[in-house]
Amino acid sequence: MSDSNDAPRKPARKKVELDPRFLSYKHVWVYIEAERGEVHPVSWELLGEGRKLADQLGVDLVGVVLGPPEARTRAICEEAFHFGANRCYLVQHDALRDYRNEPYTKCLTELVDTYQPEILMLGATTLGRDLAGSVATTLATGLVADCTELVIEAESRCLASTRPTFGGSLLCTIMTQRHRPQMATVRPRVMAMPDADASRRGEVIEHAFSIVETSIITKILQFIPDDTRDKPNLPFADIIVAGGRGLKKPENFQLVWDLAKVLGAEVGASRPVVQAGWAELDRQVGQSGKTVRPKLYIAAGISGAVQHRVGMDGADVIIAINNDSNAPIFDFAHYGIVGNAMQILPALTEAFRKHLAQARKAG
Amino acid sequence: MHSVVCIKQVPDSAQIRVHPVTNTIMRQGVPAIINPYDLFALEEALRLKDRFGGTVTVITMGPPQAEVALRKCLSFGADHAILVSDRAFAGADTLATSFALSAAIGKVREDQPVDLIFTGKQTIDGDTAQVGPGIAKRLDYQLLTYVSKIVDIDFGKKEITVERRAEGGVQLLKTAVPCLITMLEGTNEMRFGDMADMFRAARYPLKVWDRVAAGIEDVAKIGLKGSPTVVGKVFAPKPRSQRAEMIEVHDNDPQDLVVTLLAKVFTRHPKIEAEIIKCAS
Amino acid sequence: MAEKFDVIVVGAGMAGNAAAYTLAQAGLNVLQIERGETPGSKNVQGAILYADALEKIIPDFRDDAPLERHLIEQRVWILDDESYVGSNYRSEEFNREPYNRYTIIRAHFDQWFNKKARDAGALVLCETTVTNLLLDGKRVIGVATDRKGGEIYADCVILADGVNSLLAKKAGFHDEIKPRDVALAVKEIHFLPQETIESRFNIGEEEGVVIEMAGKITAGMMGTAFLYTNKESITLGIGCMLSDFKEQQVTPYQLLEKMKDHPAIRPLLAGSEMKEYAAHLIPEGGYHAMPQVYGDGWMIAGDAGMFVNGLHREGSNLAMTTGKLAAETLIELKEQGKAWNARSLARYQAKLDDSFVMKDLRKYRQAPAIFEKNPHFFTTYPELLNRAAHTLVKVDGVDKKSKERSIKSAFVEARSRLGLLGDAFKMWRAFQSR
Ligand SMILES: Cc1cc2nc3c(=O)[nH]c(=O)nc-3n(C[C@H](O)[C@H](O)[C@H](O)COP(=O)(O)OP(=O)(O)OC[C@H]3O[C@@H](n4cnc5c(N)ncnc54)[C@H](O)[C@@H]3O)c2cc1C
Ligand SMILES: Cc1cc2nc3c(=O)[nH]c(=O)nc-3n(C[C@H](O)[C@H](O)[C@H](O)COP(=O)(O)OP(=O)(O)OC[C@H]3O[C@@H](n4cnc5c(N)ncnc54)[C@H](O)[C@@H]3O)c2cc1C
Ligand SMILES: Nc1ncnc2c1ncn2[C@@H]1O[C@H](COP(=O)(O)O)[C@@H](O)[C@H]1O
Repeated sequence: MSDSNDAPRKPARKKVELDPRFLSYKHVWVYIEAERGEVHPVSWELLGEGRKLADQLGVDLVGVVLGPPEARTRAICEEAFHFGANRCYLVQHDALRDYRNEPYTKCLTELVDTYQPEILMLGATTLGRDLAGSVATTLATGLVADCTELVIEAESRCLASTRPTFGGSLLCTIMTQRHRPQMATVRPRVMAMPDADASRRGEVIEHAFSIVETSIITKILQFIPDDTRDKPNLPFADIIVAGGRGLKKPENFQLVWDLAKVLGAEVGASRPVVQAGWAELDRQVGQSGKTVRPKLYIAAGISGAVQHRVGMDGADVIIAINNDSNAPIFDFAHYGIVGNAMQILPALTEAFRKHLAQARKAG
Repeated sequence: MHSVVCIKQVPDSAQIRVHPVTNTIMRQGVPAIINPYDLFALEEALRLKDRFGGTVTVITMGPPQAEVALRKCLSFGADHAILVSDRAFAGADTLATSFALSAAIGKVREDQPVDLIFTGKQTIDGDTAQVGPGIAKRLDYQLLTYVSKIVDIDFGKKEITVERRAEGGVQLLKTAVPCLITMLEGTNEMRFGDMADMFRAARYPLKVWDRVAAGIEDVAKIGLKGSPTVVGKVFAPKPRSQRAEMIEVHDNDPQDLVVTLLAKVFTRHPKIEAEIIKCAS
Repeated sequence: MAEKFDVIVVGAGMAGNAAAYTLAQAGLNVLQIERGETPGSKNVQGAILYADALEKIIPDFRDDAPLERHLIEQRVWILDDESYVGSNYRSEEFNREPYNRYTIIRAHFDQWFNKKARDAGALVLCETTVTNLLLDGKRVIGVATDRKGGEIYADCVILADGVNSLLAKKAGFHDEIKPRDVALAVKEIHFLPQETIESRFNIGEEEGVVIEMAGKITAGMMGTAFLYTNKESITLGIGCMLSDFKEQQVTPYQLLEKMKDHPAIRPLLAGSEMKEYAAHLIPEGGYHAMPQVYGDGWMIAGDAGMFVNGLHREGSNLAMTTGKLAAETLIELKEQGKAWNARSLARYQAKLDDSFVMKDLRKYRQAPAIFEKNPHFFTTYPELLNRAAHTLVKVDGVDKKSKERSIKSAFVEARSRLGLLGDAFKMWRAFQSR
């Protein structure tokens, strides 16, 4: 949504009918993002979500796999079935070896035009956003970015996509009523990872896509992989201890590290803390940082502003420490301690240390 | 060389508050700023101008107040500024916005060919990152998103080489000019214009284009009508159905407190205990 | 080629905008330079606007100026630690147009005012700081700025750069301001829904309240506090003399925190969201601390010239008026074909002397010294007053006569008979004209 004048727009009142051109559009698609043979986990998360939508609509869940002609590309379809897809459209072509906007947009657009899905979801990754924007424009359909919730509106059978707006201060629900497919992107870790079931099978439909390399203008000269050593991987951490501005001084942030060390946890931070340089950018949790889904999230001295919340409220258990009993974080944490983080954190560290020592002795 | 930079004036979302009852944006005191991501795009265009010569045109679609943002771009060193403004654009989603902007850029091209179009990575109000790709598609320009560096431009061959942020690494890409670049944040720092630019910006006769001037005939493609997405409901995030279970402060002893807490958490969520033992070992 | 203007106005606050507008309106070639990102951006918070001064510059300002609420009620509170004694004045007369006082948000108001100046023809450059005055001997011939190629020339420079004018200091027009001549004020803005403000303060849409406060909240320092209602926010703040802060080793922030925690103030702010915090100096040295305000090719207007009536918290109206008078002096002299030198610009001083500005400042010229030498106005009295009120109001079986006696003896004990008399006289003198 990028309305220039009075955003957010007034809720539409009139009910809008689907354009008859699109009556035949059916099934829920998930674009399976794979680069150099590796599937981005967000694709599986989307299959988990897509399964629910497809069941609700009584249609199929379809994975779309594009890649070079290799055994690995085909194998991705099998994995997609394990995560819930009934069917996969598979396109194998040398031009699809590394991601480039032009051949990928052409290919995905062609698939949509040929097989006509009602819903098409992509991960809101750099790849997904690049591809989704181009495909949606080519198809002249609606695209909702960075959704945090997707449901089917029972009456219209439309996809109602909820996303943060105005820097996360508000949420809005957006629908594409007249056009198909209804497109949405979802950030990694916003949806839960479904369990894989290796016994599930599905149908692979191979689509022949023709394009000549010489007609593609953009060439990849080189790919320089990121150095991932020593980089925190917050989105996939199981335990996170996070600190906020309530810790007052950079020295106190050490208390967060101390606890994290005992727990074998990752360290997260709120934005002001990152901006003040107490923690690296990779550790920022929230709207403009990482979305995380740990089993346990301990937040110390974090107020719980929506922009922080959207990044972490998918955690299984949230423990909040804040000296203000009215802090918004207590509205969505599971356990709250009203107290001074500078005292509670060391106490927690100590308690966990003891508990773990006992558990080790016992086990 | 001619670059067009798309900028948007946005409310400074760091200062937005939501009315607790009506869930509407309280705009009072919220300053309008240039979308911070767009400044990286503008600075990059200005740097290319420094290197290769040429002109930089900034363009925005927005209300009349957006003039301030455009003048500011001029004071940084942009040569021309166009405000695309018409009531008919109100309520545009990204598809309609990219349509209007690409039409206007089409008009700009009639006067002088456009080699590069720059946009920011995304806006801080819409946050979609869709307008850039949308413009590229409509104008049939090559699209380069998340560019972190412009390595080289070969004007003879009409080729450009850039580094692009991709998942898990950086792509070194070569493509043809004209193309559209969405610039990654943090890649450069906006300059401080000199006095001559300040005077030029203050005196510049701003071009304001309405729908017709922007070359748009089909009103069904702009504004609310041209927007396939429909905003249904705007609301504030709900608190969880129940508030956090508060652990009482026993005689202010933090140690007691956390022991109580752990006992509760572990009884209620035995998996967490197992998880901690796993992680910690 | 270097740019040259008739007049350069430094600053786009109240004084600068009034001057630039008046000059441009008269067809002079004016350049206004403001260091903030936008006019008013350095002036983030709410304030009270006195209509009269603005009316004399832009008579129909009410048509489009961003005004928050017009004030219909004034409360005065003398605070002790847990209580206050106060008085209210509310009148329907304040509800009849044209209204006399408004609350404004400076960031919005200054932009509006500056737009008026631009529409009248002034050229405005923001985000540009004037770093020096260009001199030819003693004559000011232009300004230097922090931008490359930033020297600009003019026949006259009006310094409207606010309190603690670095430029005037650098040019040697006035000395370093003494800490006892400036108050340090801190303000916060707290957002609340419009309806909440209206019910909490018992006011209708567009109506506003101001609360002036003194007493224990300034921790014995010379100063006052205030709170007023904007449309969707409340501005509150507290200010004390800079010299006192230095001596007492308290920070203004601590004072403000304590103030917000006062049992009479806390409920007014309940549920609000604090938005901005800012500290700002107010020149309160008054008449005796005023510098020379004109010379060869230069004039000073507004806070930069110490034109503030600290006792009545009036500043913006003096700033606007002095800006306007400075401009009018230049316009008249130009019409008469006279050069803008120290001799001719003395007319500015004459205009000032003739206006309420200097009359008021003269009238209150003793006030700063009196309050400064008598700190018990800010310590002992609030306590005594509050205790007296408590004794009187509480129904506890003690007869009224005994109560009165105990109140009286408390006062005498604390201040002695002579002291009380002296205090009354001093107070009277502080407010009386001579
Ligand atoms: C466009 C946009 C994007 C944003 N993106 C993000 C984002 O990705 N991530 C993010 O985190 N924020 C983000 N923010 C900022 C967000 O709005 C909040 O400002 C931020 O999350 C607040 O951080 P905080 O809780 O650490 O600090 P504060 O809000 O200052 O809260 C500090 C808390 O600590 C408590 N406290 C104080 N002392 C103690 C003590 N001794 N012991 C215990 N508790 C104490 C206080 O009661 C308070 O609740 C974004 C904002 C915008 C506008
Ligand atoms: C807490 C507080 C509460 C107040 N409440 C009231 C009130 O309720 N009512 C009232 O009438 N008055 C009030 N005042 C006083 C009033 O704000 C001032 O008297 C008034 O703003 C003075 O106007 P000015 O134009 O002289 O200065 P300012 O409004 O301060 O404007 C000076 C401008 O010059 C710019 N500037 C400074 N240096 C340079 C430079 N070198 N180059 C370029 N630009 C420069 C500044 O950025 C600023 O915009 C209050 C003051 C304070 C601090
Ligand atoms: N109304 C507009 N006018 C000009 N450029 C825009 C407008 N809206 C978006 N853009 C450009 O498109 C980019 C992406 O915007 P968005 O898709 O809203 O995140 C921005 O960084 C701008 O460069």
